[in-house]
Amino acid sequence: MAEINALMHGFAIALTPFNLMLMFIGIVLGVLIGVLPGLGGANGVAILLPLTFTMPPTSAIIMLSCIYWGALFGGATTSILFNIPGEPWSVATTFDGYPLAQKGRAGAALTAAFTSSFVGAFVAVVLITFLSPVIASFALEFGPAEFFAVYFLTFCAFVGTSSGNAMKTIASMMLGFALAAVGLDTVTGQLRLTFGFTSILQGFDFLIAVIGLFGIGEILLTLEEGLEFKGVRARLDTRVVLDTWKELPRYWATSIRSAAIGCFMGIVPGGATPASFMSYGVAMRLSPDRGKFGTGVVEGVVAPETAAHAAGTAALLPMLTLGVPGSPTAAVLLGGLLIWGLQPGPLLFVEKPDFVWGLIASMYLGNVVGLIVVLTTVPLFAAILRIPFAIIAPIIMVVCAIGAYTVHSSMLDVYLMVIFGVIGYIFRKLDYPLAPLVLALVLGDRAEASFRQSMLLSQGEMSIFFSNVLVGSLTGLGLILLFWPLLSLLRRRLAR
Amino acid sequence: MKTLTGISRGLSCAASAVLLFCGLADLAIGQSWKPTKTVEFIVPAGTGGGADQMARLADAIIKKHKLMAGNMVVINKGGGAGAEGFLDVKNAKGDPHKIIITLSNLFTTPLATGVPFNWRDLTPVAMLALDQFVLWVNAESPYRNAKEYIEAAKKAGPGKFKMAGTGARQEDQIITVALEKQGSIKFTYVPFKGGGEVAVQLVGKHVDSTVNNPIEAVAHWRSGKLRPLCVFDNERLVYKNKVTDKQSWNDIPTCKEAGVDMDYLMLRGVFTVPGAPPSAITFYIDLFNKVRATPEWKEFMAQGAFNQTFMTGDAYQAWVAKEELRHLRLMKEAGFLAPGGK
Repeated sequence: MAEINALMHGFAIALTPFNLMLMFIGIVLGVLIGVLPGLGGANGVAILLPLTFTMPPTSAIIMLSCIYWGALFGGATTSILFNIPGEPWSVATTFDGYPLAQKGRAGAALTAAFTSSFVGAFVAVVLITFLSPVIASFALEFGPAEFFAVYFLTFCAFVGTSSGNAMKTIASMMLGFALAAVGLDTVTGQLRLTFGFTSILQGFDFLIAVIGLFGIGEILLTLEEGLEFKGVRARLDTRVVLDTWKELPRYWATSIRSAAIGCFMGIVPGGATPASFMSYGVAMRLSPDRGKFGTGVVEGVVAPETAAHAAGTAALLPMLTLGVPGSPTAAVLLGGLLIWGLQPGPLLFVEKPDFVWGLIASMYLGNVVGLIVVLTTVPLFAAILRIPFAIIAPIIMVVCAIGAYTVHSSMLDVYLMVIFGVIGYIFRKLDYPLAPLVLALVLGDRAEASFRQSMLLSQGEMSIFFSNVLVGSLTGLGLILLFWPLLSLLRRRLAR
Repeated sequence: MKTLTGISRGLSCAASAVLLFCGLADLAIGQSWKPTKTVEFIVPAGTGGGADQMARLADAIIKKHKLMAGNMVVINKGGGAGAEGFLDVKNAKGDPHKIIITLSNLFTTPLATGVPFNWRDLTPVAMLALDQFVLWVNAESPYRNAKEYIEAAKKAGPGKFKMAGTGARQEDQIITVALEKQGSIKFTYVPFKGGGEVAVQLVGKHVDSTVNNPIEAVAHWRSGKLRPLCVFDNERLVYKNKVTDKQSWNDIPTCKEAGVDMDYLMLRGVFTVPGAPPSAITFYIDLFNKVRATPEWKEFMAQGAFNQTFMTGDAYQAWVAKEELRHLRLMKEAGFLAPGGK
């Protein structure tokens, strides 16, 4: 009950008119940042961080974390409307969100995305409120082998979800791994695959690939197919929100599973992006409508969004208690804590209870405010699809280019974006799936680094991946998921 | 606490730097350079690390106290172990609206990767501080001092003890190799991406020791999870305020006292573009001097137990040149030089 008292005290701190105003400003800014591809939450928070330096720390972190929530909410918008993920963790949202929009159900997809985000965040906040000491020590169990097992599990959960040709999936994934390997090898400190060009030594940024492959690729395809969006019949009245809410309780099992996956990945911290992929993969395998995934089912939006937002929220816990950021945005916030004279670590909860509980209370409030703000924007965003293609397409191109430029402030990235756009177009024409490429690009180097760190620790023994209950069950689960198609085939044979 | 306390090797240089400063400050009133567009403060590392924190703090202080007319923006260009950032500044010749904060990767990156840049391609502005390194073990381990730890590592045999550090062929691994040489031992060095992650791996007992900077590990020290064994410097840290219930930074012995003759400090300095006019350099020196005088900066320095040596001009240049040679030697001994590199 101590937690409830502390939380109430936190609400008293967070609920001043000034803080509520900051919360609102933060959410609106965050949604804008999330909607614009490339300009991620990390950039947004970094730019605004100095402005908050004159505020009391609690107010400052409330505003900055609200920008973060806003970006988590907003990322789904462009994924659904234009097949352009605003943030890395909304890539998986495009798989079913965009087909839904094409069917004229953009409003339903947006409502489902925002509501699931809220549910995910809410579960994570409750978890943080009551179980933070336990969870914090759980994160300490994670060494390189455990991290690799988590990434392995993500890959295994996702492999086999695409319906197309298996060889094409493998080819696409391998290209992703190859691109992920470019740049500095963190284990040996050597440059790889740069062929002497200093301009690509930073490697291929995931965001630029995504903006190009999805955004530009999609526009090229639309150009070919008759210069208009298919979602023009989108309903615009606010009743769509209520109608969608009636439908959502049907997916309670998916929501719970996704929230659990998200919380787990946030605490570890594995990140929101792998969480969204893993959750999509798991939801697809376990859903009765398995075959319809990818053609526009609401469940395919609920799964990745719930997990992404749960992970994004839970990621703040390792940041506060261990000083390890679970996401790029959390890393910038971490810098902020130090600037305000707060030392993240196990003692933060004891020494600065006002700050910590004020922040946790603001997570509850910020997400409620966020949900209200984004739901009111649903008709507005859906209406964008009614703008003629000739007007909106050039705007999207410009926004994508700006987004690509902001990632590293470099012109080269804009050219790379265009190249990725052409690749995306060709891939779609030849019916190669894009998702495996993207997944390999985002997780490839992390999976490789943790694999090699494990090999260093175990001196080359593969048994490290089964050396304790935790890592063993993660690896085992991954293997089961990997051979799932085979297992279900076997089961069917036996049943017959 | 005096800024220059206890840094014998920098003392004479620093004194002349102070003289140089007053002169330059007068000069600045006469003919001065002012930014006419946004100043980019480049961080050749990712977000959240030591250099990033320092740059963002300086930026915040400048904004809060309105120390500079015009805008400043902190940009992370950490690709290729920082090569991305250094090349960016190198290529902006003659436009001093770009400054960069350094880590030891100013020396280690070109040596280890062969990427074509050298600190001489940039214009030195000022040394802001030096970052310390401490040998840490888990508080539940039986080792009370560096000697016991090294003995245990020797007894266990080569490669049995695991050292985690930030990056490969960078400062943490250089220190590890030097430590191995001193104690005739061999660690398994496991590189991670950031200092915070390294500290947590040690708290979670996935490795045996780290050489984290004070600020990266202090929170875990205070909560009783980590134990500092020795600091890689010739003198003890000057900060005498209690950090834990019993100990202050000053209570950590030097590694030299423990029989390991190794000192290593990391440069936290500022450079600008090649061919920057002297008036611009004066402007930045003046700016950072104002930053250093603020209470926020002083608090940050104490929190991270930084060595607050400040240098500019020739003294700074000479210090950097000396450090470059030292890194060349250390990296050559460790076999970390890039094939075809110098």
